[in-house]
Amino acid sequence: MKYIIGVIQPDRLDEVLKRLTDEEVHLVTVSSVLGRGRQKGIAQVYRSHKEQGSLLKKVKLEIAVNEAFVEKTIRAISGGAHSGQIGDGKIFVMDMQECIRIRTGERGGDAIG
Amino acid sequence: MMACGNRCILRPDRMGVTRLVAGGLAILAIVSGGARAAEQGGEVVVQATVDSGDTAWVLISSALVMLMTPALAFFYGGLVRRKNMLSVLMQCLMILCLISLQWVVFGYSLAFGPDRGGWIGSLGWAFLRGVGMTPNADYAATVPHQVFMMFQMMFAVITPALIIGAFAERMKFSALCVFTLLWATFVYDPVAHWVWGVGGFMRQWGALDFAGGTVVHITAGMTALAAALVLGRRQGYPEGISPPHNLPLAVLGAGLLWFGWFGFNAGSALGSGGLAGSAFMCTHIAAATAGVTWALLDWYKHKKPTTLGMITGMVGGLVSITPAAGFVTPVGAICIGVGAGVIPWFSVTYIKAALGYDDTLDAFGVHGVGGIWGAIATGIFATKSVNPAGADGLLYGNPVLFWIQVKAAAVTIVYAFVVGFVLLKLVDALMKLRVGEHEERVGLDLTMHREAAYTVID
Repeated sequence: MKYIIGVIQPDRLDEVLKRLTDEEVHLVTVSSVLGRGRQKGIAQVYRSHKEQGSLLKKVKLEIAVNEAFVEKTIRAISGGAHSGQIGDGKIFVMDMQECIRIRTGERGGDAIG
Repeated sequence: MMACGNRCILRPDRMGVTRLVAGGLAILAIVSGGARAAEQGGEVVVQATVDSGDTAWVLISSALVMLMTPALAFFYGGLVRRKNMLSVLMQCLMILCLISLQWVVFGYSLAFGPDRGGWIGSLGWAFLRGVGMTPNADYAATVPHQVFMMFQMMFAVITPALIIGAFAERMKFSALCVFTLLWATFVYDPVAHWVWGVGGFMRQWGALDFAGGTVVHITAGMTALAAALVLGRRQGYPEGISPPHNLPLAVLGAGLLWFGWFGFNAGSALGSGGLAGSAFMCTHIAAATAGVTWALLDWYKHKKPTTLGMITGMVGGLVSITPAAGFVTPVGAICIGVGAGVIPWFSVTYIKAALGYDDTLDAFGVHGVGGIWGAIATGIFATKSVNPAGADGLLYGNPVLFWIQVKAAAVTIVYAFVVGFVLLKLVDALMKLRVGEHEERVGLDLTMHREAAYTVID
């Protein structure tokens, strides 16, 4: 079991979700987050006062999958979020020790799907 | 002069038959009823009679101006950081309640009561003694005196609330309450008397202030500058300050301010006739012009027109047309609107940045600078063709009015800055104006009011 975190540009979310559905990865948690990387922030102007924001808006996806779906998930996220520009985001893949479905008490791979 | 006194001056049709007998109040005692003229010691006296149309409009206008203080709360509230949202709303609401009481107890009497040497009203009308349902012809001959008093109360309320913009996010709430009461008593009430009160010295000069450009905006704006200097910058200013936390709320506030301003300016005609209509029209024209002007300047300098710039321009236009609303033509209103976009824009873009003071929400930059422009512009664009009871300005061949306007503005600028500065220092010595460093970091909502404006979880 793997736990996959993707941090992407907010405007790519719809495309990534569509590709995840195409790969039959339906379960996903989405949050709106702030972050920074190599991409420089966009200056905002308030009554002529420039704000050089160091944090940018991003969208974070969290997906728990069984081994068979790891590459499919990576393919969906990286394919949907790719534009070739700085700031496209990153994908982190972690080993997951346990998964429990609260309603039934099922554990492990069965609980994921 | 505003509206008020100037009802007499602004409405010559009625002024023609209204002569004040020694002391003015005598009028009320002399005649029994109806608009009946009587010879009295060689003077013609007319009983003031309530006009239902005029009274309805001033009642509605009073409610419109009342709404401006909550509107200002949201305009300012949207521009501060999340952690200080409630503190700004609370400051506005507390001022609304406190000054309403102060006005009833002695404020109205100081501003409009029987004159003492041209400087201040006496305490003769304290607790509204003698302020009843009969009109006072000195101020509004066709509107119950109590209604005129209520209309003026709303002006007295919003003026100190404007100053919040300069010290937002760092003023101690208790200090704000004490300062506000002192400021209303020692700055607003006297200046209102000078300009609008019968016997007030600026009124005697012939200075024009239709709805409060000098009394409201210059006084608040200059004290705002004093407050920014006395309190000092916020921690982290200018680099470490987050942007406005909710611009849509600020837009809502600005929209409601514009709406309320129709009561502020057109209501200052103190009657529902042609003059009210003309002031209503000029108010709208100037706000629209200044909004467009500011947006264009942002577009030119920063490549994009900004929402905050647009609403700031709108408010600047409303500020600048305030003293002129009942004296200028539509073209005059456009010219004032252009100035109201350009001059405050330069003020907040270059002057504030160069001088480095932290006028948090530009109370000085918009209300002070816009108010000064409005007072001077009235001396340029006023014309008797709009209001025979007014005067001709520079553009109509009368430099005298221009100099009177400059002089009245200059006196008010110095008085409001100096007295505002002294009162701030006094309150600081008594109880400290500014919250502690920790309280400022955590935010005033939690530390001053034990509340949060927004929850994270439902």
